[in-house]
Amino acid sequence: MSGLLLLIPVAVCLGILALVAFMWALRSGQYEDLEGAGHRILDDDKDKPRPD
Amino acid sequence: MTCCAPGAESFAVQDASGIETDEEALLALSRKLGDGTRQLEFAVPDAHCASCIRSIETALDAMPQVESARVNLSRRRVRVAFDPARGSVAEIAPAIVASGYHTHVVDPDAETDGDPVLRELVKALAVAGFAAGNIMLFSVSVWSGAEGATRDLFHWISALIAVPAIAYAGRPFFRSAWRALRVGRTNMDVPISIGVVLAALLSLFETLRSGEHAYFDASTTLLFFLLIGRTLDHLMRERARSAVTNLARLAPRGAVQVLADGRREYVALNDIAPGMELELKAGERVPVDATVLSGASELDYAIVTGETRPLQVGPGSTVMAGANNLSGTLTIRCDKPSNESFLARMAAMMEAAEGAKSSYRRIADRAAAVYAPAVHTLAILTFLGWGILSGDWHAAILNAVAVLIITCPCALALAVPIVHVVAAGRLFEGGVLMKDGVALERAAQVDGVAFDKTGTLTYGTPRLVRSRTDSDEAMRAAAALAARSTHPLSRALAAALPATPGFAGETTELPGFGIEGRIGTTVWRLGNARWDGIDAEHEGEGSQVWISRDGQPMGFFEFADEPRADAAAAIAALGAAGLPVSILSGDRRETVAALAARLGVADFEAALLPEDKVAAIHRRGRVMMVGDGINDAPALRAAHVSMAPSSAADIGRSAADFVFTGEKLAAVPFVLGTARRAAAIVRQNLALAIGYNFIAVPLAISGHVTPLIAAVAMSGSSIVVVVNALRLRLGDARPVAARPPALQPSGVSP
Repeated sequence: MSGLLLLIPVAVCLGILALVAFMWALRSGQYEDLEGAGHRILDDDKDKPRPD
Repeated sequence: MTCCAPGAESFAVQDASGIETDEEALLALSRKLGDGTRQLEFAVPDAHCASCIRSIETALDAMPQVESARVNLSRRRVRVAFDPARGSVAEIAPAIVASGYHTHVVDPDAETDGDPVLRELVKALAVAGFAAGNIMLFSVSVWSGAEGATRDLFHWISALIAVPAIAYAGRPFFRSAWRALRVGRTNMDVPISIGVVLAALLSLFETLRSGEHAYFDASTTLLFFLLIGRTLDHLMRERARSAVTNLARLAPRGAVQVLADGRREYVALNDIAPGMELELKAGERVPVDATVLSGASELDYAIVTGETRPLQVGPGSTVMAGANNLSGTLTIRCDKPSNESFLARMAAMMEAAEGAKSSYRRIADRAAAVYAPAVHTLAILTFLGWGILSGDWHAAILNAVAVLIITCPCALALAVPIVHVVAAGRLFEGGVLMKDGVALERAAQVDGVAFDKTGTLTYGTPRLVRSRTDSDEAMRAAAALAARSTHPLSRALAAALPATPGFAGETTELPGFGIEGRIGTTVWRLGNARWDGIDAEHEGEGSQVWISRDGQPMGFFEFADEPRADAAAAIAALGAAGLPVSILSGDRRETVAALAARLGVADFEAALLPEDKVAAIHRRGRVMMVGDGINDAPALRAAHVSMAPSSAADIGRSAADFVFTGEKLAAVPFVLGTARRAAAIVRQNLALAIGYNFIAVPLAISGHVTPLIAAVAMSGSSIVVVVNALRLRLGDARPVAARPPALQPSGVSP
């Protein structure tokens, strides 16, 4: 039982962390162009993030 | 990298004109970003690889006026932020063309930037997925035997996660259900919302009194599955919409006004008032109904009325909005404001024509109208039955809610949209864009197909059909002269004849007549018979162009609007599928009769006005209308379902339910065949979803449903429905061009 008291908060917190990370990625426009993102890694001329 | 280096020079001429190079029009279209910067989106339909991105972005970043340029490969667009103070915006499109890509500016209304609906759906999906996953962990522990305080703890944590998650992720369904209920209707979201909310409330109640069963897992998983279906459905529609807007360049939203003192000024379409004098260059479309004041030219009415032969106009002629000015510059006086012009009248007629179709109810809504009351009655009966027979009202509530949960139409709500999504994907691969899933349902019901002639059954552009020249020299001269001109007939000639090194002399083009070239003292003329001094009787259907040397006729070329290569095959395929074909055309009777005879179509009507086309459609009942012109738009809207080629007029393309890219009419039987198969699979899915209820509902009524059974039954039935829908991808490959939509800018839009 005492194990659960520690593990459950850890598990839920990790889940929430993943959710927050996803929301952040969504908000910062990382899902706007999935096809282009795949191709851009092949382009080594520009390795700066895009200006916002 | 050479993987995507299309011959830039070949379409440089075509793209470096029109609205893309009109600075004032572009500025009017652009969006303000603040501190003087503005933003425009350009479509780049051919961009498809890493080096495409690089060449476009590098070319644009090098320009002083461009602040930033970003290619979006999924949408085939490039978004450019620019500072008009540091350079002309009109140079941007030519720069993209110079880097090797077709381009045209995108209507800012069609920009899909940060689609708010999609964002909401994806966020809801993420929250529901998180909740469903975590709660399922606790549920598995409960099912595998957690008891007493541990079970209560797990239920409490589940409740903590589930209640906010349902409140957040369920909003799309609650809103839609509320909207339907408020007007006294019911849709599939009503039983969904009631099921989810009641399941959550009952589980809360059970948790409070340390009960054995909580359905938090079922309600969040349900939302998760349904959101997947809804998000896919939305993505499908967005993809079609953005692909359709990528298809063609934007029509100018204004015209150049000639002021009294001779100055020229750009006016927006809505500000054009009767009496204004406007300048219309070759290649531009007539913006409003007007009268010609000066100049001579030929107007192409193919997309307006279906008339294939260009019309000669001079001072005094009246011209209709949407017609394409082929050869000379005209000065015209506006007769009617844009909202009373031909185009606007067509738009009004479209709205009126839609009445019949809007009464169509989707299969899912029809199913919901029967399903929701049945399920709710069943739940109430269960409640009363248990309460009265056993006297245990607590068990009665539990079992009634179990009925609602188990019948919550997860599979039923997925049954239809998932088929539409799969069908849309298949159509997309075959070069057809579907705007809405409902169109697919209607397409499966049609019992006839009506075609427009010009631009639909035919290519809509002249092609060389017959020629006679006295010498190779004349042939070469004709080809060389034609290459110098932008007149449609010259282009068709240049395309049909072998390429030449170019005309070795001075050339001058005379609007309405032709093109003249001098080599030394020899004068070659390529143009109409009258100008070439030939008194030729004009036999046959097509337009003739003559080549002469020093006034001596050396030969002629005849052009006609040819039927599409597979028109006869497509019509035969439709006939074989039991769908009678008819032709509804605005063109002259003889022309239509000749084509109908050639294609083996007995049922045709000619010389139809737009309102006649609507009437002809109504007479024929449930037909699919295939058309491209402005005059077809009301008929496209009036028909049970409609389809347009990508070369169609803007208004026609937006009226049509399906848009096919590529030149093949095989797209029509392809769409109808896919629609029929999809309808069959939808019926199977509905049967599966309802069949599942026949097994699960008795269990629920008799009180044997536990949360475990509910979770398994619901997921199982959803997966069966999705897998069945995927069968649509099987079977013989697409009959249309094996190429995904080419999305070429058509350059045709009124």
